[in-house]
Amino acid sequence: MRVDWNTFWPRIVESTGETILMVIATLIFGSILGISIGLLLYVTRKGNILENQLLFQILNILINIVRPIPFIIFLVAISPLTRAIIGTTIGTWAAIFPMTIAASFGIARIVENNLLSIDPGVVEAAKAMGASPFQIIFTVLIPEALGPLILGLTFVTISLIDFSAMAGTVGGGGLGHVAMTYGYQRFDGSVMLVTVVILIILVQFAQWLGNTLSRKIMRR
Amino acid sequence: MIEFKQAAKTFRLGNREVQAVKEVSLSIAQGEIFGIIGFSGAGKSTLLRLVNMLEQPTAGSVQVQGVDIATLSQKDLRKLRRRIGMIFQNFNLFTSRTVAGNVAYPLKLAGTPKREISERVEELLRFVGLSDKANDYPEQLSGGQKQRVGIARALATSPDILICDEATSALDPDTTGEILRLLKKVNKELGITILLITHEMHVIQAICDRVAVMEEGAVIETGSVFDTFSNPQHPTTQRFIQSVQQDRPSNTLLKEWRAKGGQKLYRVIFKGEVASDPILSSITQKFGIHFNIVYGSIRELQEKFFGNLLVSFEGEVQAIELVIAELKRTVEIEEVEIHES
Repeated sequence: MRVDWNTFWPRIVESTGETILMVIATLIFGSILGISIGLLLYVTRKGNILENQLLFQILNILINIVRPIPFIIFLVAISPLTRAIIGTTIGTWAAIFPMTIAASFGIARIVENNLLSIDPGVVEAAKAMGASPFQIIFTVLIPEALGPLILGLTFVTISLIDFSAMAGTVGGGGLGHVAMTYGYQRFDGSVMLVTVVILIILVQFAQWLGNTLSRKIMRR
Repeated sequence: MIEFKQAAKTFRLGNREVQAVKEVSLSIAQGEIFGIIGFSGAGKSTLLRLVNMLEQPTAGSVQVQGVDIATLSQKDLRKLRRRIGMIFQNFNLFTSRTVAGNVAYPLKLAGTPKREISERVEELLRFVGLSDKANDYPEQLSGGQKQRVGIARALATSPDILICDEATSALDPDTTGEILRLLKKVNKELGITILLITHEMHVIQAICDRVAVMEEGAVIETGSVFDTFSNPQHPTTQRFIQSVQQDRPSNTLLKEWRAKGGQKLYRVIFKGEVASDPILSSITQKFGIHFNIVYGSIRELQEKFFGNLLVSFEGEVQAIELVIAELKRTVEIEEVEIHES
């Protein structure tokens, strides 16, 4: 059975919109959560400004438990939680919830790594100038780590485009859903091709934006 | 101004205890430049960090302007830190901020109004000679310029004390001189007490009033720079002194001197006023003796002359003895031994 392109194009546009919504919403929520966890992980580390071994270990282990789970399994595994919080396990918002959780743990690790690469001497200097731990976080750690952090988030964004396609296959909508139903289940190569091209364009754009922003901030 | 009272710091590394600072008692007076010298690992960096509580003493106490800083609340400690500027070996500038942004940072922390900040930043950059670099980023600056920014930043909140952690160790000799002159200016013009640590004796020689020598966590010698240089007691101190003033030629050269039939060599040490009188010349003339300066130097220490010369005498043996006896009344003189090895 051939695809009716006249009705198909609006679906493509709609699906692309869903994919972009999933990625951007996840990026926003995941960043807020992930940056917070990453900062917490860094400042509670041994010898750091708010050292707290217990909290550090709990966060560290939690991240190590969540991160290795393949996303498609994670998605299904936390569906009861998704239903409890979002009210459904089908649709775009139901996909955003597990994507946010998975992304925030990844972002937390990236944030922690970026913060660890900051020269501890700079933090010591701020301390010596009378900065409080709170001031150190917002006026030293975040600005100093921002450039690499944006590159890290760009990397995450691209994984999110991948995640969104997976979420699509289990009822999340978006381009992944279109590719699966038309391309895979109906053996229509042309639909598959269109969605793949759109995904490539999205990835290229995200990478370009990330590179441009980080270059501006890092001045190189 | 700063008073260490049996201050000690012990680190725990696994099951091992490392005594970085062992019961140090020192008193740094207002307005002076006090240097602490030691080889790396001597504990001087830890000692310095006790002054602004970047490290807490594990025993004893540190008083700053009469207050035991261990008793301060976190809030009061942060206030105290604004009165103690600090500069670092690696400058520790914020890479995300411009030169002006770096200097403005401590003022922002202190809640200074915006207009005042920009005036103060301008004034500070003028003081350190970097007015034209205000909008540059640290990576565009040379090492010496970076340290100037570090100094301007440390002075932003008008501190009473400046502590310097190996501030010139990452700089080349020319730039080191430049930064030392700037520190001297900070001390003289702004009346800021400076406590610095270094492993380079020439830093002590160039700007310090008093010096403490540290080894294995303890202070082994303290005194004015002049006294320490002219009469070092501890072997480690003597090693540091020798690092900046070659007070004897190599043994090879000395043996060669003797092999050629050279006269006995005497070390003559001049201090302060005597250095300006023609003592050697007038005394030797009196006894009809010739003198020959073989080796040595006359330098400036704390704005006083300090001479250390190797001299030989030619003439009658008895007359030479009389010359030496007379010289002993005004300068230090001793025969130089030539080691066989």
